[in-house]
Amino acid sequence: MKRRKMDLAEAPRNFAKGVDDRFQAATPLRGLLNKVFPDHWSFLLGEIALFSFIVLLLSGVFLTLFFDPSMKEVAYDGEYLALKGTMMSAAYESSLHISFEVRGGLFMRQMHHWAALLFMASIIVHMARVFFTGAFRKPREINWVIGVLLFLLGFFAGFTGYSLPDDGLSGTGLRIASAIMLTLPVIGTWLSAAIFGGEFPGELIIGRFYIAHVLLIPGILLALIAAHLGIVFKQKHTQWPGPLRTNENVVGERMFPRYAMKQGGFFMAVFGVIALMAGMFQINPIWLFGPYRAAEVSSASQPDFYVMFMDGLVRLMPNWQIYIPIGNGYSIPPMFWPAVVGLGALFTLPMAYPWLEARKLKDKRSHHLLERPRDNPERVGIGMMAMTFFLVATLSGANDVIADKFHISLNAMTWAGRIGLLILPPLAYYISVRICLGLQQHDRQVLAHGVETGIIKRLPNGQFVEIHQPLGPVDDHGHPIPLEYAGWAVPKKMNRIGALAPAIKGFFYPVEKPAEAPVSPAVAASTKREEIKSGR
Amino acid sequence: MTAVHHGETGTPVDVNDPHLTRFDIVKEGLRRDDIEIVTYESHFHGQNSKAEKRVVRNIAILFLLSGLFTLAFLVFYIVWPWEFELGHTLSDYYTPILGVTLGLGLLALGFAILAWAKKLLPHELSIQQRHGDPSSDEERLITGQTMMYVADELGVQRRPLLKGAIALGAAPLGLAVAAPLVGGMIEDPHKDPEPMMYRTGFNPVKNGGNPVRLTREDGSPIRPDDVSAGGQMTVYPGIPHGATNHYADSPTLLIHLRADDAATTRAAADADPRNKGSMYGNYVAYSKICTHAGCPASLYEQQTNRLLCPCHQSQFLITDNAQPVFGPATRRLPMLPLTVDEEGFFVAASDYKDTVGPDFWERP
Repeated sequence: MKRRKMDLAEAPRNFAKGVDDRFQAATPLRGLLNKVFPDHWSFLLGEIALFSFIVLLLSGVFLTLFFDPSMKEVAYDGEYLALKGTMMSAAYESSLHISFEVRGGLFMRQMHHWAALLFMASIIVHMARVFFTGAFRKPREINWVIGVLLFLLGFFAGFTGYSLPDDGLSGTGLRIASAIMLTLPVIGTWLSAAIFGGEFPGELIIGRFYIAHVLLIPGILLALIAAHLGIVFKQKHTQWPGPLRTNENVVGERMFPRYAMKQGGFFMAVFGVIALMAGMFQINPIWLFGPYRAAEVSSASQPDFYVMFMDGLVRLMPNWQIYIPIGNGYSIPPMFWPAVVGLGALFTLPMAYPWLEARKLKDKRSHHLLERPRDNPERVGIGMMAMTFFLVATLSGANDVIADKFHISLNAMTWAGRIGLLILPPLAYYISVRICLGLQQHDRQVLAHGVETGIIKRLPNGQFVEIHQPLGPVDDHGHPIPLEYAGWAVPKKMNRIGALAPAIKGFFYPVEKPAEAPVSPAVAASTKREEIKSGR
Repeated sequence: MTAVHHGETGTPVDVNDPHLTRFDIVKEGLRRDDIEIVTYESHFHGQNSKAEKRVVRNIAILFLLSGLFTLAFLVFYIVWPWEFELGHTLSDYYTPILGVTLGLGLLALGFAILAWAKKLLPHELSIQQRHGDPSSDEERLITGQTMMYVADELGVQRRPLLKGAIALGAAPLGLAVAAPLVGGMIEDPHKDPEPMMYRTGFNPVKNGGNPVRLTREDGSPIRPDDVSAGGQMTVYPGIPHGATNHYADSPTLLIHLRADDAATTRAAADADPRNKGSMYGNYVAYSKICTHAGCPASLYEQQTNRLLCPCHQSQFLITDNAQPVFGPATRRLPMLPLTVDEEGFFVAASDYKDTVGPDFWERP
């Protein structure tokens, strides 16, 4: 039998043939390679969250190799002398072990924590982008809901995560979590006893949080992230309005190679920034806090920033307790309102927002073009109201530190937060609506009269007028014919319409001959240039 | 502008035509995917221009820098003294060096790829039709009818007995799935004769019916002389594990008041039915566990006689039965009835008479 010679040049072709024979991959693969993505810097905010999540998975797996999720009491016998001989839980001891006795362990721990903060921060900014540009509108409401759920899951992933080291600070956080469970009417004590396995703190909670933190929550997060991306892929990304762009098309660049390469490069850059922060900026130095002891707490006990709004709301809540005089008497503690009702409302209201807005505007169309924030002042107002509420609550979560550093009375800080929480959001609503309307008006003004040139002309009668450069054609009297607003940026400066030659490239010497200055369409239309006349 | 494109537009080409360039075939694929390339141009004038070479050189430098920093990361990871030592040592710089070398390595790699994509690859503007229209009414009808037919085939509507049987059969199974989770985790908080929410380590039950001593963290008992006037001390129940988290509700603040403050405090305590007679001399003991969220209310302001909880800033006035005077707490800190045993050490005359710790629904 003659052995067939292996032809290396034919190998890729044969391989591709084999794949297509089995999976019919050619057509869908071509569709993937050709898929067009619109590009804008604000579309990359969600990517930061995705990339941080990948860093979280990588660094998290490393940490699990050394972490011992046990609350067994042990005497510390490690390198860190200040705690030598101290009784502590095995979880805390192994966290110290990772920090001091695992090569590069502290680096990985800090990388995990910084990536978590970046994950939550980029989710918040990404959600703000989606909200203020109306990207949540039909047909993308479900993806908005998934996004809110991702924030909620990130919140719990973060809380369970920073509780694991079982240091003084995280134990205090657990104690507050237990108190929050206790505030639930009727089932409070039952819930807390079930979660903690009896009386606080018990000996089970770290093990339970561990499995939630490394399996349950990341598993759901992964599934939801996959759904989130899958829906973006299926529905195709939104785009800003602009030349050539319609509600029925996508204007951008094909996914391969340029777009995919830019994503890959951006991932490396995000990863690099996280690594820099992990190395240079200390975070959560658990060895300074000591093991958790119910009798000890230090001042400036703050949760991570994305939980601070809740801590702030709890601090600001007045001490209004509801007593129900039936039988032995029952009570609803004041913490129930900010921590349970407040948190619930803060997550359900945003989820319902897309439908609420569509109902109010009686809008059932599908929107693939984004809306500039100024074009929907009410939405901006509501969004700014929510952001202001979040900001005041978050700052109030650190009001003791602010009071300490700026020498302000602590009680004054609390009162400022209480009043601010009620007064500032409506104020933010009013101001941002006014700003939006002003911007809208200015756009229309430029479209109607043209761009201010800065050239002042004196008329024969002594009157001074500023000359405006019309953006479009003019009528017989030289007055601009008003242009219609297209939902996109209107040039407001002469430089934007080609009054300034393009910058010359090169650091020490010009690299290339500067290109011809682009000519605005209005000027290009009339080849003969004439004296600039007043637009009025 | 608003024309809706359905399916392929433009004229198809024969992809087997040997005269076609590779880009022609790519464009045929784009046509089939309803994509139109509007602009597709290089950043440079002509091939191998000076500017292009410069960009290529810069990208190559970035790749090399990335390799260099990553290599430096590996070298430092291996050779730099990393084991923690007390005082200022080289090991202090281990983590920062790892971060800087790896961070710069990744950033250089990222920027190299980004520069390649943004500067070297041709700039393009493509338009793809979205095809975001819903399915046609006909398709919807067919799918809907198919689903209804599935129900018909099962015949649940026609066979009500099965409907009931499914409900009765599936519900127990659903409950059976939930049962181990709920049943395994549930703990009756009221199961003890004295439920856990209402007792602390100072309950005489914990000490064979005898009063429990107040002890320091190391378990040593305390005489009145051990606390100077105006001073305070955190005390724990003098029972096994009394100072550990097994008795997380028990930490207590023992305060030796100055004479004038003590008089005010006693007047207030004696006016209260539950706190009456709980002080011992000028000594008073309050639970350290905040009635708001359970943090230790441990910041003692000697001048104003206030206890501040650092978690949510509730403030309690020591001279007035530790009533809350500011912040979110509603209830006062419980007072521990103090006395001294025959050996002269502090003991708790009884357990706390108020419930210690954060509030809950069924607290009387």
